[in-house]
Order: sequence, then structure tokens, then C-alpha cells
Amino acid sequence: MSVWKHHAKFERHSLLLVIGILVVVSIGGLVEIAPLFWLQGTVEKVNGMRPYSPLELAGRDIYVREGCYLCHSQMIRPLRDEVERYGHYSLAAESMYDHPFQWGSKRTGPDLARVGGKYSDAWHRDHMMDPRSVVPESVMPPYKFLAEKELDYRDIADRMKAQRTVGVPYTQAAIDNARKDLEAQADPFSTDAAGLRTRYGAKVVNRDFDGNPDKITEMDAAIAYLQMLGTLVDFKSYKAQAPENQR
Amino acid sequence: MSAPSHPELKAPAGSAGLLALSIISALVAIVAAGLSQDPIFRFQVEIFALGAIVAAFALNAGLASGSLREDPDRYSDNVIKAGVIATMFWCLAGLAAGTLIAAQLSWPRIFYFPELGFLNFGRLRPLHTSAVIFAFGGNALIATSFWVVQRTCKAKLAGGIAPWFVFWGYQLFIVLAATGYLAGATQSKEYAEPEWLTDIWLTIVWVAYLLVFLGTIWKRKEPHIYVANWFYLAFIVTVALLHLVNNAAVPVSPLSHKSYGVFAGVQDALVQWWYGHNAVGFFLTAGFLAMMYYFVPKRVERPVYSYRLSIVHFWALIFIYIWAGPHHLHYTALPQWAQTLGMTFSIMLWMPSWGGMINGLMTLSGAWDKLRTDPVVRMMVVSIAFYGMSTFEGPVMSIRAVNALSHYTDWTIGHVHSGALGWVGFISFGAIYCMVPWLWKKAGMYSNKLIEWHFWIATTGILLYIAAMWVSGIMATASLKPSRPSMSRTSSARSAA
Repeated sequence: MSVWKHHAKFERHSLLLVIGILVVVSIGGLVEIAPLFWLQGTVEKVNGMRPYSPLELAGRDIYVREGCYLCHSQMIRPLRDEVERYGHYSLAAESMYDHPFQWGSKRTGPDLARVGGKYSDAWHRDHMMDPRSVVPESVMPPYKFLAEKELDYRDIADRMKAQRTVGVPYTQAAIDNARKDLEAQADPFSTDAAGLRTRYGAKVVNRDFDGNPDKITEMDAAIAYLQMLGTLVDFKSYKAQAPENQR
Repeated sequence: MSAPSHPELKAPAGSAGLLALSIISALVAIVAAGLSQDPIFRFQVEIFALGAIVAAFALNAGLASGSLREDPDRYSDNVIKAGVIATMFWCLAGLAAGTLIAAQLSWPRIFYFPELGFLNFGRLRPLHTSAVIFAFGGNALIATSFWVVQRTCKAKLAGGIAPWFVFWGYQLFIVLAATGYLAGATQSKEYAEPEWLTDIWLTIVWVAYLLVFLGTIWKRKEPHIYVANWFYLAFIVTVALLHLVNNAAVPVSPLSHKSYGVFAGVQDALVQWWYGHNAVGFFLTAGFLAMMYYFVPKRVERPVYSYRLSIVHFWALIFIYIWAGPHHLHYTALPQWAQTLGMTFSIMLWMPSWGGMINGLMTLSGAWDKLRTDPVVRMMVVSIAFYGMSTFEGPVMSIRAVNALSHYTDWTIGHVHSGALGWVGFISFGAIYCMVPWLWKKAGMYSNKLIEWHFWIATTGILLYIAAMWVSGIMATASLKPSRPSMSRTSSARSAA
């Protein structure tokens, strides 16, 4: 049959073969992925989403660094048991500023998409210092060193600038005040907290997350991040059944 | 090796140039380490500098003593020998890391060290996956591809010193990635964890690999490109494409280890799993199918069962695989049309996968008795059987309703291991058991009895592993369903943690 003869061209010309491979493997990606960048409704319209505050961003970077996503998902599926256990199913809008996304692929521990506000700062601190002190059957590693290590935030403004380059809408004021805002959020008596709240919303709380007023530690940042997870979107004004949110 | 006096022998082309490049790279890296304020960046470029310095010394010594010289009329087999040794070394490292992290999940009070945070599960898990996939699997692929492309093209590897650059450059990539994970450099994209600096280095090495491979094909004395080389080529080219797109990122500064990916949220998720699933499809499948297409026919001394089936399943496999990524994102915030498309293609993928399995197994037509007499053949056949099993299990798991149960659980881990240990591991060991006597000019392996032991111990172990993970995966989901609160105390309590 002639088809097989035509195929002989690919078997005799390596560049033709390379081009053939490239064309064939490009189609799927182009059809599946590319539309997500322009199809309206890929990301829902919601109220309340904002970029991470500097301290939360630093905490998020620690979350990434420690590989928390390997055991904790941040993606509540619209299944009855998950919604009952963890709360409203996750929206695409909730990770719109997440570079990279942290949906995860394995739950050795629970989902953390809405862990914000569920436990006290002290519980998180105890839990990360020694997970088995609060959950005896836990298999989580201990993160005591986070409480001992001072947070290195010399490059926090650079990090926010890089985030702005990839599309996170940080204002110039947010970048200029990055260090001040970070310090303000970790200090319950800060005089700069008003500025922090004008830039990141009235809900942002400044407190001593790790219970150690002497220094800003990595634990402060990690808990600040955990405590805001899933708390941004205003679900009272979110209409799941509205046509623009149907996907 | 009394060869140096031979007049035809000379050092491979480009050796002196590579020496110069190594010295320059070492200097640049040292300056960068001095300028940077970021301890992880400094650690990474210092390791790079160390690698470049060792390379410079080795090249210099090799050029001075003449030990680099080689016969231009013979196949380049020394780099393959090195590849075989590296494959076995990283295999041990990867399996050891896997055993350690499994022990951590079983006995957290014993295997976690509060003072040694860099040994926590979160940092070791990428070490395990990268060591097994990229270090063990990657070295096996590079070594066998260098063997196969030379023999099937009747041409020596192209590029002078370049194959050695590919080999050692790849080892440096592995070391950079592994030490980076321990130090805390990761972009958190599964199987693409290395940060931007290491990614750029891998890109350079990979382009060199592609050019060596293509260059050898261009020198071929056979008009026809053998089917194994199509698969190797698809693997090399597509992995390059996946790597470049998924790792697109903006560094915090040129002197910082940290970067942020250009994609966010839902788009990032699909780009990552487009990458992630095709790391399976092209790294762990197409590449190892190439191995199958050379070593199985060679070992059983029979031609490939069907030439036409190989054409059909090659194009169908690479076309369909690319679409399968969204099945990692069922019931997530990814739009449902994309999930459905991913699921549909995942189920279709069953067909070309089994096309490959049938083509491999049926190659034994008329030689089935070798299953009884040759443990290496048995290993390769069982490998193909595991390939068939896991490429059947995969499409089943990609069905949304099944995925609701299997996703986020150990079932997925079990599925990966039936592919990685059963298929990838066994076909690699089969190829190595073939190549070692050929490379070192021996009559056969040291002991067939030991290969028998290897075969039976490994097969039993893999089956136990998969079965245990099915049970724990299904139990985990079952215990979380509100209708059955008491099925498994441990996992429900664990999840409440």
C-alpha cells in the first residue's frame, strides 16, 4: 500500500522525522492548554482576591521550599465528603496569583486550601515544632528549625518585582513598602499596620504569629501564609450558578 | 592500553575547546558565588564551579597523557561503559532514597531528625523521584541510545568530545538538582523541581545530546533509520519542548536561586501536568520502548513482529499521549471541557500502548522457549507485561468516577511504581544484562543464577508493593466518605491532622 511507501520518507530523512514529531506532539497542547489563556470563564469572577502580602509571600516561598505540596493538596474537589470536611470547593480564581500553583497531587495529610483561621497560631506553632505533640498518629516531619531561623527578607522587594513581571498586580507602593509591610505584619504593636491594611485589605491582621517577639522567624512567615489560605474570596457575593461562572 | 603510540589515534575533536570552556565556566561561577548574597545560590554555583574545575583537570590530564585518544574507526563504547556504571550507581541511590522516605512515613519518630530539617520528607521526596527517573532512567536512556544509534547506523558517535560532555554534563545536572533539593532550591513542579539555573544547564546538555544523536544519524551508512531511533528521537525532542515550556520562569535576580514561573493557577496546573504526564509518556515510555525495540529482537534473535504496527503505534502514541495531562486534574478548578478531553484521550491511549506491548511480546514468536532458558529474556518479557498492565490501569484511573476515588491516594503511587519498577526498571536491567558482556567483551554475565534471583525477588516485591498500595489507596478514600466513618481509624485521624 502506498501509505507505507510514503512513510519511508520519514524513515530516511531525520529532519523530516523531527519536524513530524514536533508537529504531532504540538497539536494536543495547543488545543488543550492555549484556550485557557483567553477563554472567558476559565477563571471565575470573584470579589476579594488580592496578591500575597510580603510576609505571606515569604511564608509561601517556605511552603514551596519545604515541599509541603507533596503531602498537602490545596484543591477541594466538589465532592460531598470534601466539601463537608474542608468547606466550599476551590475556585480557579483562588489561585490566580499563585506562581507556581500549589494544588498538589497527594494527600498524606489533609487539604489546606481553607486551613486559614481553622486553628490558632499557637496550634500551628506546636504542630510544626512537633506534629505528634498535637496529633499523635501524624507522620508529618518536624519543622522546629523554622522557629529558630530568622527570616531572610533582604530580597523581598525583588521577589515581589519578579512576581509583578510574571503578572501579579503589585503596585509600586506595595513594592516600595515591602520590607516595612513585612515587619508590620509580624508585629502586633506596629505603627505601620494602617499602611499594610490600605495595601492588602482590612482583613489583614498584624500579630506575632510564632509567639516570639524577639525576631521575625521563618515560622512567623509560614503561619501568616497558612492563616490566610482560602480566606480571601467573598463567597456571599459569589454566584456559582451565574452564567459567567459556568465552566 | 598501549594504544597511544598508534599513529591513527588522536584526542576527540573539541577536547581543547571544552577544556577552555570548563576553565571559563569555573571562573564565572566563582565570581557569581562571590557576588551573590543568597546562600542557596552560592552553594549551587560553587558545586557548578567544582564540577567545572574537576572537568578541566580531567581533560587536561587526559590530553597530556594521551588517554583521551581513540580510534576514529571504532564505536565510542567507553562513554557507554561509563553510562552503565552511572545507571547502576544512581539506581542504588534512588532506591535507597525511596526506602528512606517510605520508612519516614512508617516510623516518623525514628526517621525524622528535628535538627536536620534538610532530611525531611518534603526535601527527600523529589530527591527520590529525580534520582530514579532522571538519574537512573536518564542514564540508562543515554547509555542505551548511544549503543543503539551507533549499531543501527553503523556510525561512530558524532561530535568528538561531545558525547563525554553529554555524559558528565548530565551527571552534573543530577548533582546540582539533588543538592539543590536538600538545600531548599525547588520550584515545586513535580518532576521539574530544579530551579532556573539548573534548568538552563540541563537545556545546554540536552541540546548537545540531541545534536550528538542526530549527528550520528546523519553519518549513518544505512539508508533506513531503525525504529528504535524514532522512539529515542521522539523522547529527546519532546522532552526538550516540555522542559522549555514548563520551566519558563523569571528569576528574582541573576544572583538569586529563586524564580517564579510565568504561569499562574489553573494555567500553571495544566502546563505542569501536560509536562508531568508526558515526562511519563516520553521519558519513561517512548525512550524505554526504543530500548525494547532494539534489545528484545536482538536478544531473542527474531525480527520485530510487525513493522507496520510499529509505524502506527509510534505516531498514535506520541500524538495521543500529549493530550492526557488533564486526567491529573479531575474535579479540580480546571474547566470541565479540558478534563473531559484529557480523559477521552487517556482512554484512547490504551490502544497504542497495547500496540507497543503486542509488538514487543510477539517478537518472541518462535522463540518462546527462551523464556524458560534465558532469565534476561524473561525479565524483558515481564517488563513488557508490566507495561501492558500499567497502561491498562492508567486509562482506568483516568476515568473521572474512578479518579474521584484514586486521586490524592497511594493508589497513584502504586500505579507509578508498577510502571517505574516493573516496566522501566526491568527493561533497563534487561538491556544492561545484554550490554555489559558486549561492552566488556565477556562470554556472558557473571552468574545466570543471580539474574534468576534478581528476577524473582524483584517481581515478588513489585507485586506486593502494588497490591499494598491498592489496598491503602482504596481504604484511605473509603474511610473519608461520611457514610463510613469507622473503616480506618488511622487514615481518618491522619487526615484530620
